[in-house]
Amino acid sequence: MADNNSEKMKAYWQANLKLMLMLLVIWFVISYLCGIVFVDALNSIRIGGYKLGFWFAQQGAMYGFVAIIFYYSHRMAKLDREFGVND
Amino acid sequence: MDLQTLTFIIVGITFAVYIGIAFWARAGTTSEFYVAGGGIHPVANGMATAADWMSAASFISMAGLIAFFGYGGSVFLMGWTGGYVLLAMLLAPYLRKYGKFTVPEFIGDRYYSKVARIVAVICLIVASVTYVIGQMKGVGVAFSRFLEVSYEMGLLVGMGIVFVYAVMGGMKGITYTQIAQYCVLIFAYTIPAVFISLQLTGNPIPQLGLGSTLSGTDTFLLDRLDQVVTELGFAEYTTSKRLSSLNTFVYTLSLMIGTAGLPHVIIRFFTVSKVSDARKSAGWALVFITILYTTAPAVAAMARLNLHQTIEPAAGENLVYEERPSWFKNWEKTGLLAFEDKNGDGRITYNADKESNEMVKVDRDIMVLANPEIARLPNWVIALVAAGGLAAALSTAAGLLLAIASAISHDLLKGVFKPEISEQQELLASRIAMAGAILLAGYLGFNPPDFAAGTVALAFGLAASSIFPALMMGIFSKRINKEGAIAGMIAGISVTLLYVFQHKGIMFIASTSFLGDMPANWFFGIEPNAFGAIGAAVNFAVAFGVSRVTAAPPEEIQHLVEDIRIPSGAGSAGGH
Repeated sequence: MADNNSEKMKAYWQANLKLMLMLLVIWFVISYLCGIVFVDALNSIRIGGYKLGFWFAQQGAMYGFVAIIFYYSHRMAKLDREFGVND
Repeated sequence: MDLQTLTFIIVGITFAVYIGIAFWARAGTTSEFYVAGGGIHPVANGMATAADWMSAASFISMAGLIAFFGYGGSVFLMGWTGGYVLLAMLLAPYLRKYGKFTVPEFIGDRYYSKVARIVAVICLIVASVTYVIGQMKGVGVAFSRFLEVSYEMGLLVGMGIVFVYAVMGGMKGITYTQIAQYCVLIFAYTIPAVFISLQLTGNPIPQLGLGSTLSGTDTFLLDRLDQVVTELGFAEYTTSKRLSSLNTFVYTLSLMIGTAGLPHVIIRFFTVSKVSDARKSAGWALVFITILYTTAPAVAAMARLNLHQTIEPAAGENLVYEERPSWFKNWEKTGLLAFEDKNGDGRITYNADKESNEMVKVDRDIMVLANPEIARLPNWVIALVAAGGLAAALSTAAGLLLAIASAISHDLLKGVFKPEISEQQELLASRIAMAGAILLAGYLGFNPPDFAAGTVALAFGLAASSIFPALMMGIFSKRINKEGAIAGMIAGISVTLLYVFQHKGIMFIASTSFLGDMPANWFFGIEPNAFGAIGAAVNFAVAFGVSRVTAAPPEEIQHLVEDIRIPSGAGSAGGH
């Protein structure tokens, strides 16, 4: 692998890590923070018949997980093309 | 038509379909046997992964657990779905790029060590076998109840059916069968939920029904449920915690890491043709899983409400025992539901007080199966639920058996002991290994060691504390070497096993437990089922520490790591 190419690959990997880290933060917030740590505080807010903390734990976190994966997959496909490493 | 005949017809039709598919999609090469030839569409693969992943535990037990734990049951919902985020970002695309057949093969190559490969094979087999015993037991119970034969006979029928389509078809047959099984199980789960949601709230979508008002009133369903259970002395449904917040946190984390580390789920991502498809496929798998997992809390809450309202239709007017409905009588026969008229008034009292409660046994596992009967749905819906439960148990058993067979024939036989065998011989060996695994699982199903609930927890704990960290560090760190990885896997597994055994007894024999199984003796109040995350943390720490003081991996391994991080140039998965 040529040197300029390996610089490019480093940049690709950094971009991937940055995107991943951001999404892992969201993953952590919607499940561990909203669904577990701050559940009691959020339960004072209601949407329809749901207490908000309870909704995150039993519905919201799961919808969020699906969105995270598709967003990651979409952004990575773009990144792959930008760096010319798509398969 | 009576329920028995209808069940026979519906279960019979679905099995004819599964076996037909298995014959149509027979595997001819090792590549078709292990990874279905590597050409499965991401949506189809997502559907098969969902069926592979959702076992009898998801289908039958989970909603029952949530019904009785309320909010505390959320650990299963978040834990068993959140792991897919880790899979999609941390493991699946890179393992697909590497393009081998099995998980231990990657570990063996990345850590340039046959020892690492063998340690990984042992972890994989122990985790998968413990998991598969539970599935075979579920298959036996379900067949015996719906065919009205003995448990042993039911188990034999189940073993025979798994044998036909798993051994013939390999991954190719299993994948197409699992797609059919997903369709059966998701219909079987959602149709009763839609009916019950309509009955109770007038909203046909259970996820919305759960947040709606009860038909003809302006009281929200969840508020009514909270009121009903607290009046009877139970903990409030929407806020009842599982021990402590810390325990809930660690339990959820263990299930997530365990999900991402279970080999039968990981190998599903070797069957797609591109790295980008592996990412998409994880997303689709989670979509198909989420359909069931977001329905489950609605099933749980509605079943709990229906149960209490059947027993006590109006305050103080409890159900007369002699007038109990037929589902009540049927489940009494199984011993999973029991009534004892303590105050001698001939009526059923059901509350949280041990002295006056007369429902002396309400097994959580009957909730999903009894739910359509409690809500008086038509017989064909009840028969469909039976077919769905069987589909869930069989699809998971087949996926696990394939993971075990490939570890034995590909990793141990071809990889370590007899590298010179031909493809045909390897294929034969994996079929024999799979048949052997079915017999072993069946034998353990006939003589279940008394640890049904414990084994599932152990399977997750083992996968979380051994396989997941080794894979993740292998991709994200170039510095972790073979000494670090091997020490990490062994340390992680040992800590988890030790903690489970010290509280649950050595090999789950309760009398050998040297610290009692009580919250007071738990490390920071963490229950043994939740300890996999701690084991994983130990694995990471030991691997880093040991790698720091030993030699860095050779240069070609560092190039290998750089190579798997880049999607381009991924061929189809192969063994060489």
